[in-house]
Amino acid sequence: MVAVGLTVLTGLIIFALLGKDPILGFQVFFVYPLRSLYGLSELLLKATPLALIGMGLAVGFRAGIWNIGAEGQFLFGAVFATGVALYLPSITGVSLLVMVFAGILGGMAWALIPAWLRARFHTNEILVSLMLVYVAQLFVSWLVFGPWRDPRGFNFPQTEMFDAAWLLPTLLSGSRLNLAFALTLIVLVIGHILLAKSYYGFSIRVAGESPTAARYAGLSERRNIYAGLLIGGACAGLAGMAEVAGPMGQLTDKASVGYGFAAIIVAFVGRLQPLGIGLAALVMALFFLGGEQAQQYLNLPGSISRVFQGLLLFYLLAADVLVQFRLVRTPPQTKGAT
Amino acid sequence: MKPPVPRLQLQGLTKAYPTLVANDQISLTVEAGEIHAILGENGAGKSTLMKMIYGVTQPTAGQMFWEGTPVSIGSPAIARSLGIGMVFQHFSLFESLTVAENTSLSLGSSHTPSSAAQALQQAAARYGLEVHPEKFIHDLSVGERQRVEILRCLLQDPKLLILDEPTSVLPPQAIEGLFAMLRRLASEGCSILYISHKLQEIQQLCDRATILRAGKVVAECRPQEETAASLAALMIGRDTEPLPKRPPAASAKTIFAAEGLTLLSPDPYGTHLDNISFTVPQGTILGIAGVSGNGQRELLWALSGETRCPSPEMLQLHHEPIGHRGPAARRRLGMSVVPEDRLGTGAIPAMSLEENGLLTAVYTQPMVRHGLVDQKATHAFAQKCIAQFDVRCSGAQALAGALSGGNLQKFIVGRELLQTPQLLVCSQPTWGVDVGAAALLRRAIQSLAEQGSAVILISEDLDEILEVSDEVAVLFEGKLSPPMPASEASPERVGLLMAGVWQQQTHTGASTTSTSHRAGDGTRAASS
Repeated sequence: MVAVGLTVLTGLIIFALLGKDPILGFQVFFVYPLRSLYGLSELLLKATPLALIGMGLAVGFRAGIWNIGAEGQFLFGAVFATGVALYLPSITGVSLLVMVFAGILGGMAWALIPAWLRARFHTNEILVSLMLVYVAQLFVSWLVFGPWRDPRGFNFPQTEMFDAAWLLPTLLSGSRLNLAFALTLIVLVIGHILLAKSYYGFSIRVAGESPTAARYAGLSERRNIYAGLLIGGACAGLAGMAEVAGPMGQLTDKASVGYGFAAIIVAFVGRLQPLGIGLAALVMALFFLGGEQAQQYLNLPGSISRVFQGLLLFYLLAADVLVQFRLVRTPPQTKGAT
Repeated sequence: MKPPVPRLQLQGLTKAYPTLVANDQISLTVEAGEIHAILGENGAGKSTLMKMIYGVTQPTAGQMFWEGTPVSIGSPAIARSLGIGMVFQHFSLFESLTVAENTSLSLGSSHTPSSAAQALQQAAARYGLEVHPEKFIHDLSVGERQRVEILRCLLQDPKLLILDEPTSVLPPQAIEGLFAMLRRLASEGCSILYISHKLQEIQQLCDRATILRAGKVVAECRPQEETAASLAALMIGRDTEPLPKRPPAASAKTIFAAEGLTLLSPDPYGTHLDNISFTVPQGTILGIAGVSGNGQRELLWALSGETRCPSPEMLQLHHEPIGHRGPAARRRLGMSVVPEDRLGTGAIPAMSLEENGLLTAVYTQPMVRHGLVDQKATHAFAQKCIAQFDVRCSGAQALAGALSGGNLQKFIVGRELLQTPQLLVCSQPTWGVDVGAAALLRRAIQSLAEQGSAVILISEDLDEILEVSDEVAVLFEGKLSPPMPASEASPERVGLLMAGVWQQQTHTGASTTSTSHRAGDGTRAASS
C-alpha cells in the first residue's frame, strides 16, 4: 500500500516537472479510465492477461524458479492459437477448446526449452528465458511478414482476421471483455488451491524456501524446475491465445505489448498470492490505460505507463528492504591500536 | 637485563554469549619464535579464541598484552597493523583472479599486481617455496592455495601467525613441506599459534600446547613429553564415566548393512568415503564418533539418499539393495533421518511446525488426501510431537524459525521418532541442546532401539556416543574403524582412533590400491 501511494505521489511530481497540472494529470491517469462501464470493462480486459500470467509466474517464483520470459511464452501461445485458427476447419464450440489447448501447449513448449536446459545442463533460466523472448518476437515478425501474411491485408504485417468460430465470446455486449476473464478467475482459484491447500503446492514452496530441505525430504529438484517453468508457460500461452482470439482477432507484429514483463511486477506486487495478484493486475491495468489517456489528453509519451510500472516495483522492493532492515550509519573506521 | 617480554599474553579472556560461555577465563602466553598449539575438540572454543586475538570478535572480559603493552584489538585491520596474520581454514581468495592480483588486494593500495608478484617471488625464494603469481586461483590445488594464503600473510612481516587447522585440507605429502616452512619461520622469530585436534602433528611440530575443553584451559604441556593417549585424555576429559550398558540383543537380525561404501564427495573441500563397511542388527545403536570434517556429512548424505551410491549393493536395508534410491523411497521403506543442520535442512524457518511435520512425515503418515493436505492430520501430528517431546513453542502454527535451537531440535528428532522407523540415522542429535533436553532425546533414541529398530548415531560428542551406543566405530579421513562393542570402548581408546591411530596398525599396501581403484569407479558413476 505504501508502495502504491508513493508511486502515485512520485507520478504527481513527474507531471508537475513536465509542466502539466498534477491534479489534472492524476484525473486523466487514474479517474478518466474508470468513468464509464466501457472503461471498466477495458480495465478488466487489460487486467486479464496480467493476472493470468502473473499467477503462472507466481507458482514458479514460489518454487525458486525465475522465469522472466513470459513475454515469449505469451507470443508462442498466440502463434499456436493462430496456427490452428488459420489451418483447421472451424466447428463452433470445438474450435475454441482446441485453441485453448493450442495456446497452453505453445506457451509450455517455449518454457520447456529453459526448463530442459536448466535440468540437464544447469543453465541459468533467467538468461535463457529472457533471451528466448527476443527469439519469439523475431519469429512472430517473420510469420506475419512472410508465410502468414494476409494476402488481402494491403501488405500490413498481420494475418487474416479469425473466423467467428475462433473468437472468444464476449461477456458483456458492447464491450471487448471476453471469456478469458472468466477463465482467469478460475485459474486464480485453482492457483489458490494449488499453493495453499495441495501437497504439490507445499513441495513447490519447500523447494523455493530451502533447496537443501527439499533435497533432504526427497523432493525432486528436476520435477520442481519443470513444474515451475511449465506452469508459468501454460498460463502465459493461454493469455497469448486470449489476446489473438479476443481483442485483436488476428496475429500482428505488435502482439507483444509487454504483458509478460508487467506480469512479473504483478506477481511481486501481489505478494505471489492469488488474491493479491488479481488486485495488482487491476492496478497495473490502470497504469496501462492511464498511459493511453495521458497520450490523448496530456500529450505525454506512451512510455509514461512504463515509468509508473517501474516506480511501483521500485517502491515495493524498497519498502520490503526497509521493513526488514534498518539503516545504520557506520562510524568511520579508527586506525591503529589504542 | 629484563627477561624477554612474551609476544602475546592473554589474561582471563572471556567471551560470553547470551546462552553459553564460549571462552571462560582463558590465560596463555606465547613467546617469541615459539610454535604454540591450541588443542581441543570441536566446540571447545578454539575458534572463538582465535577470532578474539585477530579482532573479529571482542572479548567480554579479560586483557590481552602484545609485547608487554595492553591492547584491545577492535578489528582485523588493527590486528594486522600490530603484526598478527591469520590463515583461515576456508580460504578467502577470489577464484577468478590471479595469485598476484589476490595478493595485491590484501596488501592495499601500495601494491600493484606486478609489484605484489615481485614481493611474492622474493618471499617464496626465502622460504624455499614455489609460486606462480600469474596463475589463476581456480587452477591451483588446495595445497597451493594454502601456500598463497600463507605467503600473503608473510608479506606483511607478521610477528604472530595464526593457522586454523591448516592440515585439514592437505594431502599427507604436503604436510611435511608446510611443517618445514613453519619451523623456519619460527626460527626467524615469528611466533605461531597452531590450532588443531590432530595429536600426531602437534607432537611433531609444536613446542608447547594449551588444551581447551568446554571453553576452559584444562592443561598446558609440552607435547613431546606426552603420549598421544595422554593428550587425547586431556582433550576429551575423563571426568565422565560411561553409564552401565543395556545387555546387547542376542542373535538379532541384521536390519542395515553398508558394504564397501565408497563415494566421492560432491564438495571440493569434502572428504571422500573410502570402503566403509558395517552392519546394524535389530535393537542396536551404532555410534560413529570422529571429529567433524572426516566424512560425517558425506556419510549422512549417502545414508539418507541425498547422494546416490555408485552401486545399489553398497547399502542394504533388510538385505535389499537401496544404494540407488532417493530419500523419498528410502523413507517409504522405513528409514528416518535427522540431519546435522536443523535450520534450513531439517526444518524450514519460514514455515509452521505443522508444515515442517508434513515435510518428512508425509511418507509414513496419512496426511494427503486426493492431492490436498489434510490439515487436521498435520495439526494432530505436530501437536503430538510438541506434547511428547516437550517442545516449547506458541503452538503447532508457530514458525520453525521462531523456536530456540534446542526446541526445534526436539521437534525434528520427535518428528522422525514418531514415525517409528526401522532404521534411524541421526547426526548430532543433541548438538547445542541443553542438558535436560539432550537426556530426553538420548532416552527417546534408546527406547526406539529397545522396540527393535536399528539406529546409526553420528556424533562428535564422544560422551554421547559412549553413553548411548551398543557398538562404537570411528570415522577418520573417510575411513571407518572396525566397530567394537561399547563395553570395550574407553574414552582413551576411542580418542586414539579419532586421531587416526588405528590406521598405522592396519594400513597395508594392498588395501590402498584397491580403494583408489574403487574411487575411480565412483567418479565415473557420479558424473554419468
